[in-house]
Amino acid sequence: MHLNTVGEPWLQRYTSVLAACTFLLVIAGGLVTSNDAALSVPDWPLSWGRVVPVLEGGIRYEFAHRAAALVVTILTAMLAFRLRTALAWVALGTVLTQAALGGLLVRFLDPKGAAIVHAALAQLFFGLTVMLWLGARTSWPARNGSVPPAPHLATIALFLQSVLGAAVRHGVLGPISHVGGAVIATGVVMWAAFPVLISEMENPTLRRPAMLLLSITFSQIFLGIGAWMSRLANLDAPQPMPMMVLFTVAHVAVGALAFGASIVLAKTLRHYAPASASIPREGMAAA
Amino acid sequence: MHNFLRIPAVLVFAFGLTHCGVGSSEKPTETARTGPVVSPDEANGATVSGKIAYSGTPRAGKLIDMSANPQCEHTHKGHPLTADDIVINSNGTLRNVFVWVKTGVPAQNWAVPATPVAIDQQSCMYHPHVVGAMVGQKIRISNDDPVNHNIHPIPMANEEWNETQSAGESPKLRSFSRQEVMVPVKCNVHPWMRAYIGVVAHPFYAVTGDDGSFTIKGLPPGTYTIQTWHEKFGTQEMQVTVGAKESKAVDFSYKG
Repeated sequence: MHLNTVGEPWLQRYTSVLAACTFLLVIAGGLVTSNDAALSVPDWPLSWGRVVPVLEGGIRYEFAHRAAALVVTILTAMLAFRLRTALAWVALGTVLTQAALGGLLVRFLDPKGAAIVHAALAQLFFGLTVMLWLGARTSWPARNGSVPPAPHLATIALFLQSVLGAAVRHGVLGPISHVGGAVIATGVVMWAAFPVLISEMENPTLRRPAMLLLSITFSQIFLGIGAWMSRLANLDAPQPMPMMVLFTVAHVAVGALAFGASIVLAKTLRHYAPASASIPREGMAAA
Repeated sequence: MHNFLRIPAVLVFAFGLTHCGVGSSEKPTETARTGPVVSPDEANGATVSGKIAYSGTPRAGKLIDMSANPQCEHTHKGHPLTADDIVINSNGTLRNVFVWVKTGVPAQNWAVPATPVAIDQQSCMYHPHVVGAMVGQKIRISNDDPVNHNIHPIPMANEEWNETQSAGESPKLRSFSRQEVMVPVKCNVHPWMRAYIGVVAHPFYAVTGDDGSFTIKGLPPGTYTIQTWHEKFGTQEMQVTVGAKESKAVDFSYKG
């Protein structure tokens, strides 16, 4: 971020809105898949030959997803042209790629491959909006001490886990891969967060992101179990059932939050080294 | 700020990972048509007929919730609709079972009927639920509803397509170029809508109706594998040998 914009209230609010809208977009995308509405609008960029189609059945979910994507794209473009930073440009490029991918998916009917990449890119873009939000909050102190690898590995593990989840959702992989990934991702998250809690329990700057990541990750495990059990209970249902949709979309959304929380922890630790090194605590200079 | 650049690299890796072995597998070649056109000889050929019985716990179809689609709900005038995936006839037989001769049919240039196979969208359901068509035979899909539908076949061996069909739009005519048993068809606007099309390279197939029976006429003398397909209960097969003008009964039974 440019020094003359960091910490400005408008930027903090703007990036908060962008991240929140992106989160809602992730939810909208989850609703599309869970309601089997992905191809209810067979054309792109128009919808049923119009700007606004008749909103019925699955079209409501698909069109809401497109409308939310347009809002997010405009917000991202405005931010990128205002800030002109590498991160903002990457975010803009990512969301434009995501939009094009959605169009290709509709036009060329390659649901499995393109849908999985679409889901993965959605998580990536949400992570970028979290990074934009973090960068807008305040100027971060210079790094002090070595950066542990675990938080970065947690970010990567959670991202890969979301890719595995998308592969399971679209029938490319069986659930066992996602379950195995959950075990690994949870282990890496615990490896990243527990040492911070143990050594920095009195330091809210480090404690809060660690607690946030752990609590979201553990919630995600239970949501995943709920999503799977509701799916099994409704195998013979003639249409997607509300409980299955609710659990599955919540699982997708909280997965995005976990990914975002891991980025928050990683960035916080990057600038506030663990207790083994000399640490600047909140409001205190380094020893 | 370089850490975030690692993530796109991971994405590329993940992309490659998910695409390993994924993607459109090589489709079988289109059904070749060589030699003179041949039609079934019903006068001199054999007839295979039978019934598809159902034994097991009687099942009521699952209720379809159309509350999110008031126009669809209105077409049913307050009568809740049940799914048509398992329909048990009053005589204890199964409806909507696709029956076809899987092996043994001579590889000839079987005549494709000029009359299209009709699939209607009425009251936000496909009618009929299961149909058979020959390779290259036209399938006429019409929308008799006051709502929009999209027609989305999801074949494995044929080309997938997805088209809109607005209320009042003229019927669409499409065909499939490769044999495939079965091609699911769905509407993404109304997720409970399902139909199945059995695409066969010859004319020896049937779909059971209200009495659970099927009849396949005009078979040349020989030994055949008769296969039945049901969307929930799966497939069964039976071998049968018939001579000229011979009629044989082949009954199947599914257990629920």
